[in-house]
Parts: sequence; structure tokens; C-alpha cells
Amino acid sequence: MSQIFQIDFGTQKKARVVGIDLGTTNSLAAYMDAASPRIIPDPAGRRIVPSVVSVAEDGEIIAGEPARELLLSRPERTVYSVKRLMGRGAADVQDELRRFPFHIAPGSETVLRLQLGDRQFTPPEISAAILRQLKKNAEAFLGEPVSQAVITVPAYFNDAQRQATKDAGRIAGLEVLRLVNEPTAAALAYGLDKRKQGVVAVYDLGGGTFDISILKLQDGIFEVLATNGDTHLGGDDIDNLLLDIALEDIQSEWKTSLARGGAAVQMLRRAVIEAKEKLSFVPSVNLEFEFEGRKYQRELTRELLERLIRPIVDRTLGPCRACLRDAGLTPDQIDEVVLVGGSTRIPLVRSAVETLFRARPHTELNPDEVVALGAAVQAAILSGDAEDKLLLDVTPLSLGIETMGGVVSKLIHRNSTIPASATEVFTTAVDGQRNVLIHVVQGERELARDCRSLARFDLKDIAPMPAGMARIEVRFLIDANGILNVTARDLRTGKEQSVDVKPSYGLTDEQVEAMIRESIESAEEDFAARQVREARLEADTILAAVDKAKGNPAWDFQFFVPEYQPGRLYRFVMRAAYLPYESHQQVEAAMRVHRAALADR
Amino acid sequence: MEKDNCWQCGHRSAESLFCRFCNALQPPVMDYYAFLGMPRRLKIETGELESTFYRMSRLLHPDRYHRRTPRERQYSLEATAILNDAYRVLRDPVKRAEYVLRQEGFNIGEQRGNDVPPELLEEVFELNEALEELRGGDQSARPQLEQARQRFLAMQHDADRELDRLFADFDARGDRQTLASIRALLNRRRYISNLAGEVEKELL
Repeated sequence: MSQIFQIDFGTQKKARVVGIDLGTTNSLAAYMDAASPRIIPDPAGRRIVPSVVSVAEDGEIIAGEPARELLLSRPERTVYSVKRLMGRGAADVQDELRRFPFHIAPGSETVLRLQLGDRQFTPPEISAAILRQLKKNAEAFLGEPVSQAVITVPAYFNDAQRQATKDAGRIAGLEVLRLVNEPTAAALAYGLDKRKQGVVAVYDLGGGTFDISILKLQDGIFEVLATNGDTHLGGDDIDNLLLDIALEDIQSEWKTSLARGGAAVQMLRRAVIEAKEKLSFVPSVNLEFEFEGRKYQRELTRELLERLIRPIVDRTLGPCRACLRDAGLTPDQIDEVVLVGGSTRIPLVRSAVETLFRARPHTELNPDEVVALGAAVQAAILSGDAEDKLLLDVTPLSLGIETMGGVVSKLIHRNSTIPASATEVFTTAVDGQRNVLIHVVQGERELARDCRSLARFDLKDIAPMPAGMARIEVRFLIDANGILNVTARDLRTGKEQSVDVKPSYGLTDEQVEAMIRESIESAEEDFAARQVREARLEADTILAAVDKAKGNPAWDFQFFVPEYQPGRLYRFVMRAAYLPYESHQQVEAAMRVHRAALADR
Repeated sequence: MEKDNCWQCGHRSAESLFCRFCNALQPPVMDYYAFLGMPRRLKIETGELESTFYRMSRLLHPDRYHRRTPRERQYSLEATAILNDAYRVLRDPVKRAEYVLRQEGFNIGEQRGNDVPPELLEEVFELNEALEELRGGDQSARPQLEQARQRFLAMQHDADRELDRLFADFDARGDRQTLASIRALLNRRRYISNLAGEVEKELL
């Protein structure tokens, strides 16, 4: 045994930062391997973790593929497309919730809470369960603890949606080093900087969101010129159109309607999605569905699909044109177009993009994986491993404050390169006034009520003085994550002024802290048994891999010269260290078998 | 802390981005020209400005300071915000002129009023009529609006040329008289471009 454990741990450098695409439908993690980014598979070799989370009767939280299966058997306790709920209030998502099988808890005005069984979860907590699954997969695969990540968000996400994503990371035990916009990440993954300079448009139609970004590339600098999009437009909407047709058919054929949100609808949804995906490659498919002994089937043609989704595709073109205009460019000035997101496999989408930008789009990389790969590149940039590249992104929405009569005074305009800042001086209106309340909004409209309320900042403990005498300078700074930071200074004393933040939608710091504590506690209580079960499964996987590798000469080489190229064995040993006792023993047993085999030779 | 001394090693490091002795990033100066190390001129070569922006981005961006001390990370964030703000303002002739005007004590905010420049009064009146017609569905107003659009673009172009000339004057003399002319011209130009924008919106 001693020989194996004499691995030089000194060769293990700084902690690895993983890149994560936390998607509406699917999530993926990637890491930087030597020179190129790679997707991290789970122990079973699957590259995608479905963004589905289910809560069992006993409170056990299940994420990923097993949860996706549970969509059919316990839909009311299983959450999908939670990304659509991130950073939103109950009023925002009424339409959405009608389609979801799960329910929201009462009192969800500022922070949505989903009622799953007898427990309530906020969207960041649900997302955290997905992130935890990705983290675990990464730790198993890389054989080292993973505590830092770059997570991607739609470019058009507002402050609250970004903050919610960051909160999800923290709850999952990940330090989120950077939020990167998905289209920008895709451009990084394509390594388009190799062409030295040019203008690239990234068209990203995912499961629930649409983004368009136009970038200028020059000597490794990825400068976003403009971005636009719709955080409520994606493949989900296409699924819903098809689902509605099937539901109508069934109602008229069977003379009963399927219960909204029931298991039957989830099964039908899955059949519809499969049919939709096939229609990208064949002109017609047969949609088949069986429920309680009854059968429904119909033919779906690509022609019908295209007719149905034409309005959705058209809705993406408006933002594209606005983005071109904001970048000050015409379509023929776009050198390359990159397609991202599963929905860009649809031929109609491709041809619409091609027509608009007059350029044949790049599709070399898997549109489902390209964002995660780009996140891994950004992780390498932050780790100092890719210093030739630098990403300069923009804020998608203007930031302003509400002034007299509810009118917005814009402080930072949309498409400003971030970090960006603005300074305003505030004063008091009444003698002896101790507080000044600043309402910060995001959006392009003139009136505050038409914009998205971001937060109320309370300048507190102002020294009492006559009206108009106080001079408090407030600095609004949007950081590289696209998240607002506010600081204030009393110009008369030069001292820092305390600011209380009341986010309009989302969690306070204290709430996030409480969730982190709770998740650690419940992780210890509820999941101990589950961990052992998973460890066994994992050990089986390792055993199988060790067995298979025995015959491979490369394996022997790695075995004898571990510090030269530790490779797989190194990972197995590391992984064993994280596993409970019994699987540790199994791994050791496997090693003994292996060594015996070597000795025999 | 002495204003000009390095926060880390105490050496004097007046007005430079990094301490010349210990290489620590220093708190940024707020003046855009001083920050970029450029003379305060109104005529700027945009290609040069762009390469300065890229070069300084590589030096200052928070992505480069991820593994440094919290203080340097904070300075990097603040410095990059100023760099981006400075680039956004200085690369645009109008915003650049407004920045210098504001520094010289001209009140820019209140100049955004909608007073019609007298020489445009008649034109604006006719234009509004045509716009109303088009909004009411009368397509025959279209050619007239198209013509107006062309005329506004030409006027804007003239204003830009004039602005360029005034910029050169200011750089040579640095007088308030020229700045006052620039302010007046900016108002006119803003009015014209608003009109052009309005027409364009209707023609789309």
C-alpha cells in the first residue's frame, strides 16, 4: 500500500475553480484541462445534470437525473425550470406558475417560496441543490474538494436575478468568484480570439431565456459592445405551444381533460419535447402517448412546428436588431455568428439568424455544452492560467433612481462596460431629517413604476441639521458580476455614511446565512444514509473502472510513476479519502487485486 | 495616510497607478484625463484612446486581481470603474465636451430644456404636422419625412464639423469664450438629433 500513498501532494497547485452553466433545463460543470476546457461527467459518465429537484416525503432532496424521473411520479413535489423563478416576486410569475405542477407558499411577494410537501424552498435553495450535485460530481471526478466556481447567467438577467444566482452558490457551499454572461462565455469557449480581431454576434436561445450579444475581439480582449434579450423566452415556450395542441386533441378525443400539473401532463410534456427535438432532423414524427389504457397519437410535421414557432423566432429578432443598433453596427459588419442553446438546433431558428446577420453561424461546439466550457475558460482567467484573455462585459439594463413625481433619473446607461460607476449628492428636505431613502430601479422606461424595482437604500443616522444642508455623496458601482454596490460618504465630515439595503426582490444577507446554516445541518441529519448509499454506488463504479483498466499498459505506467502523470489512479486514491470507511476498503481491495495481477506478470 | 504615499510601503508614489517601489496598486485619481495620463484636450485621437483603454484594462481589471489582497481588489474594482467611465465619456465628442464644460463650472444638466432654436421654428412646426399625419395612417407624409430626416442628418454633420473646429480652438487657447460657444452648439445639436430620432422612429 505504502507505494501508492507516496504520491507527491506538493504537485497539487492552487484550488481548482470550476465553471458552471446553471441552465433552465440542464446544468453542466466544466474544468480547464491543460489547454482546453472539458465537461465534467458524473460517476455514470453523463455530462448533463437535468435542472430538476425533488423533495421526498422524508425531506430528502434529490437533484438531477433521478429527480427528472420523479417528475412523472410525484410532480407536485418536483421542481423544474426554477431558473425562471430566480430573483422574482409572486406577481411576476403568475402565468408561469399556472403551468407548473408545484405551488407557491403564501406570503411570497418579495421572495417566492415553493411549497413542496410540508417544507418551503426559495428558488435559490432549489438551484443550490442542483449546484451541490454538480459540485459533488466535480469533486468525485477531479478527486479534490471544489469550493470555488464561475457561474453563468443570461446576459439579460437583472440585478435581483444575478444576486439570486450568487445566493444559490453560497447556499451550495460554493464561493462564486464571478457571474459570467452566457453569450460571452460561449464566445470564450469558441476561442474566437484566435482570429485576432473581428466582430462576433452570439445568439443564445436556451430553455427559458434568450440573449443576443455583440462582441469585438482584439488581441485576446473580448469586449462586449451591446447586449439585449428576453429573460422569458426559450424552448419552454415552444414545448408549451405543442403541449397545448396535444392537450386540446386529447380533450376532444377522450372527452376528459388531463389534470393540469398532474403526472399525465408531465408524461405528455416529455413526449412532446422528444417529438420537437426529432423534428430538427426529420420532416415528420409520430407523437404517441398512453395513459390509463388510452392511447393518443398524431403526426407532427416540421411544417406545423415552424408555423407554430414563427412568432417565437420573430420575437428574438427584435432584440437582435436593437442590439445591432446599440452597438452602432449594420448586419454586414458582423464577421461571425455563434449559436448557443439547445433551441438553436431548430432549422427555422438557424435560417432566421443566418438571414438577419448574413453570416453562416458557427455550430462546431455542442450548443448545450459551449456555455459551461466558456465558464471554465473564465475560471482559468481568474486563476491566472489564461492571462492572454480578458473579458469586458456590459450591464444589460440602465440603472436609475426614482426622483420627484416617480420619474427615473438614469445614472448608468445600459451597455456600459462594467465595472461602471456613478456618483450623486443627496440632501435632506426637512429640518432635522435623519434618513434619506433612495429607490434604485433598473430598466429603460421613464417612470419608476414601469421599471424593475431593485432596492431601497436607506441613508441612516444623518446628523440633524437644517433642510438642504446635509451633503451625502452616494456612489453606485456595478461590479464585474453586474451586481450593484452602494456606498455613501458625508461630504461635510468625509466619513462613511451607513446605508441599509432593502432588496425589492430577493433574500437579505441574513436570510442567505440562515439557509447556509440550515443546509449544513440538514445535510448532516437527512442525508447521512443517502451518502453511504451513494458511496457504495460510486465504489462500484471505481471497481469496474479499475478492473477495466487493468489490461491497459498506460495504466501500469501511471501506476508506477504517479508523480509524473498521476491521472486516474491519483484521482481514485483521492476520491477514496473522501468516501466512508466501507467504500475505502473496497477501493483498497481493488488495488490489492490489481497489484497481484501485476506481480503475476 | 499621506495622500501621495503608497498605502503599502509608504514610499512616495504620486499620481501613478502602481507604487514604483513595491508595485502595489494605488487608489485611483478621479479625473478622467489625469487617470488616463492624457493632456486635457477636446480633440482626441480615438484609436490612441482605444489602445490606452485596452492596455490599462489588462493592467487594472478585477479579473487580474483575484488572488491579491482585498485592498488591491477593491482598488482594482474602483480603478476599472473609472477607466470604463472615462473611456465611455472621452471617446464620445459630445460627452467629452460636456465633461470638460462641467469641470469648468458650466451647468450642463439644466441645458437639456426643449427650447426650439429660433432658426428651426418653422421647420419643426411643419415636421410635427407631417408626423401627425403619418401616425394617423396617412402614408403620403412619408416622402416629406424622409426628406426632413436627410436634412437633419446633414445639419448634424455640419454641427459635428463646427464642433471639431471649436475643439481645436479650445485646445489652442483654452478660453471660456470658446467653451460657451461649444455649449450653445451642443444644445443645437442635441435638439437636431432628437428631431432626427423622432422622425426615424416613425419611418421604421
